[in-house]
Amino acid sequence: MSIEVTAGPSSSDERLLRESFLRKLLRRPELGAVSGAVLVWVLFAVLAGDRGFVSLRATANFLEVASELGILAVAVALLMIGGEFDLSIGSIIGGAGMAVTILSVEYQWNLWAAIGMALLFSLAVGAINGLLVVRTKLPSFIITLGSLFIIRGVTIGLTRLITGRTQVGGVKAAAGYDSAASVFTSAIKITDPASKRGLPAEFSISILWWLIIAALATYVLLRTRPGNWIFGIGGDANAARNVGVPVSRMKVILFMVTATSAWLVGTIQVLSAGSADTLRGEQREFYAIIAVVIGGTLLTGGYGSALGAVFGALTVGMVQQGIVYTGIDSDWFMVFLGAMLIVAVLVNNYIRKRAAEVK
Amino acid sequence: MSADQTPIVEARNISKYFGGVIALKDVSMELRHGEVMCLLGDNGAGKSTLIKILSGVHPPDEGEYLVEGRTVHFTSPRDALEHGIATVYQDLAMIPLMSITRNFFLGSELTQGWSFLKRFDIRRANCIVHEELRKMGIDIRDPAQPVGTLSGGERQSVAIARAVYFGAKVLILDEPTSALGVKQAGVVLRYIAQARMRGIAVILITHNPHHAYPIGDRFTILKRGRTLGTFTKAELSRSDMIQMMSGGEELEDLERELREFREQASSRSAETPSQEEPGGFGEESG
Ligand SMILES: Nc1ncnc2c1ncn2[C@@H]1O[C@H](COP(=O)(O)OP(=O)(O)O)[C@@H](O)[C@H]1O
Ligand SMILES: [Mg+2]
Repeated sequence: MSIEVTAGPSSSDERLLRESFLRKLLRRPELGAVSGAVLVWVLFAVLAGDRGFVSLRATANFLEVASELGILAVAVALLMIGGEFDLSIGSIIGGAGMAVTILSVEYQWNLWAAIGMALLFSLAVGAINGLLVVRTKLPSFIITLGSLFIIRGVTIGLTRLITGRTQVGGVKAAAGYDSAASVFTSAIKITDPASKRGLPAEFSISILWWLIIAALATYVLLRTRPGNWIFGIGGDANAARNVGVPVSRMKVILFMVTATSAWLVGTIQVLSAGSADTLRGEQREFYAIIAVVIGGTLLTGGYGSALGAVFGALTVGMVQQGIVYTGIDSDWFMVFLGAMLIVAVLVNNYIRKRAAEVK
Repeated sequence: MSADQTPIVEARNISKYFGGVIALKDVSMELRHGEVMCLLGDNGAGKSTLIKILSGVHPPDEGEYLVEGRTVHFTSPRDALEHGIATVYQDLAMIPLMSITRNFFLGSELTQGWSFLKRFDIRRANCIVHEELRKMGIDIRDPAQPVGTLSGGERQSVAIARAVYFGAKVLILDEPTSALGVKQAGVVLRYIAQARMRGIAVILITHNPHHAYPIGDRFTILKRGRTLGTFTKAELSRSDMIQMMSGGEELEDLERELREFREQASSRSAETPSQEEPGGFGEESG
């Protein structure tokens, strides 16, 4: 038997190398999303290249849109690989943004303290979501659908109670605004040779946040113990528990991570707009799920990647902004988004099946 | 009493109820150092429930559980693992979408570094898995391939290799051969023998006496939640075993019932010959 094993001629090694490269490529969950993103870019470059889509300004533009979605999508990818959903992040964006604004404007807190307090709120919401899911064993879809409405309702109710309005401005005058803005909303200006009016392309700092978070999430997923646990609990929570993985604790942490991503996006939006609206972040939970699914993460958990979510968000951002450049009414964006989701799932399923077949 | 004679695992008068179902009643058994103890019994006899108690998944409702002579109260599988008791479960041995290596190290990841995000050294993990499986005679081409691409026997073997690698003193296997063909079952049984040679005590669950008899040192037979006792190979012939475990009596009962049914049917068709079905039941079977 050992003779059979060791007697492989050298020619079989080459075959092994070639095969395993193809297999490795097919095995990457983000393969579909990367090719999809390239395809969408080419599509808009052809359709709207002469109207400015292929320019630094347009690129900065869709990257900014993609980055805010991408921050959410990366966190949601971790949670979904872990086998759960979080529908409450859109409401947390609104709630956290409003908390920052009310604390800094109405109560005159230093902006940094307000941002810190909003983070604590968000972490608490995430922890409650997670604990409810773990304790009640109800689907997270139901629990977080509940918190979607509760958080939004509390945000609207409290805001009206305190300010009498649903939109609150004045953040730019708050103490600590300059330093906070440099961290959350500054931009790098690069002169765009394509711009006839000489307007510079502004690459927003949220892009940097997005990339840092994506790199961190990828590292955690692929190269740490908790990362391995996330795949395990999403693949089979009981099996994972039986080999000693702290399943409940990990799930609660994952809900706190998605809540934190929502806090970050809420904070970025409030600081760049200078005001908060109780309806901020509506439907962001669905956009994030779409980006994650386009990115090749399995809805049932246990399989996926943070990098895929990055490309999923990039694709959604390009479509959202690209449509504007084509001159097509942006009302049609939702049609694209929905169709893209379905196509992406079909393609990803096909790739995954092929990956399992290639041996 | 010397340490070697103290059973490594012992259950004393253990009972377990699920609502109204009595899954186990007053079951005692022991596992000695370096032996393969087969736990036999028909479906629903309570075998899985018993080993889930031993491996910390369920607490017993009554009775006492001792490991190396000391009473223990496990609240999670982690507790059992810390006592060196590793289990390969019947229903959930491996996670199909994860790679062989990731499955192998799940819950016991190999880390290096010092920060709270210690690095999971996946390259070294891959090498170890490749080497450990090769030692057991399985040559997998790529430990990074998903477990879903492995055959049932290979999956069981990986699970056993994992338990052995992580230093299990007791290895519990729940029906590792039930879904396997003859050849693959043979491979798995050989690994069990290897594990015993390395000094690991094994509890092997099966309802197939032909798998149990060649490898088992002693046999505990469960029936409807109660134990019929523990027997050595000398005390129990293969046919005795078959008789006792899957209800040899029940097979005889069944045979008798079928015979009676046949006789009844043939006598009835003789009394009242059916017009629509001239070639009736009785004639065919008679
Ligand atoms: N978690 C559970 N909840 C309720 N009943 C259970 C549970 N686990 C096992 N049982 C019942 O306990 C009895 C013994 O089951 P089990 O230990 O799985 O038998 P075996 O492994 O010998 O086939 C069966 O009647 C089964 O239905
Ligand atoms: Mg069973």
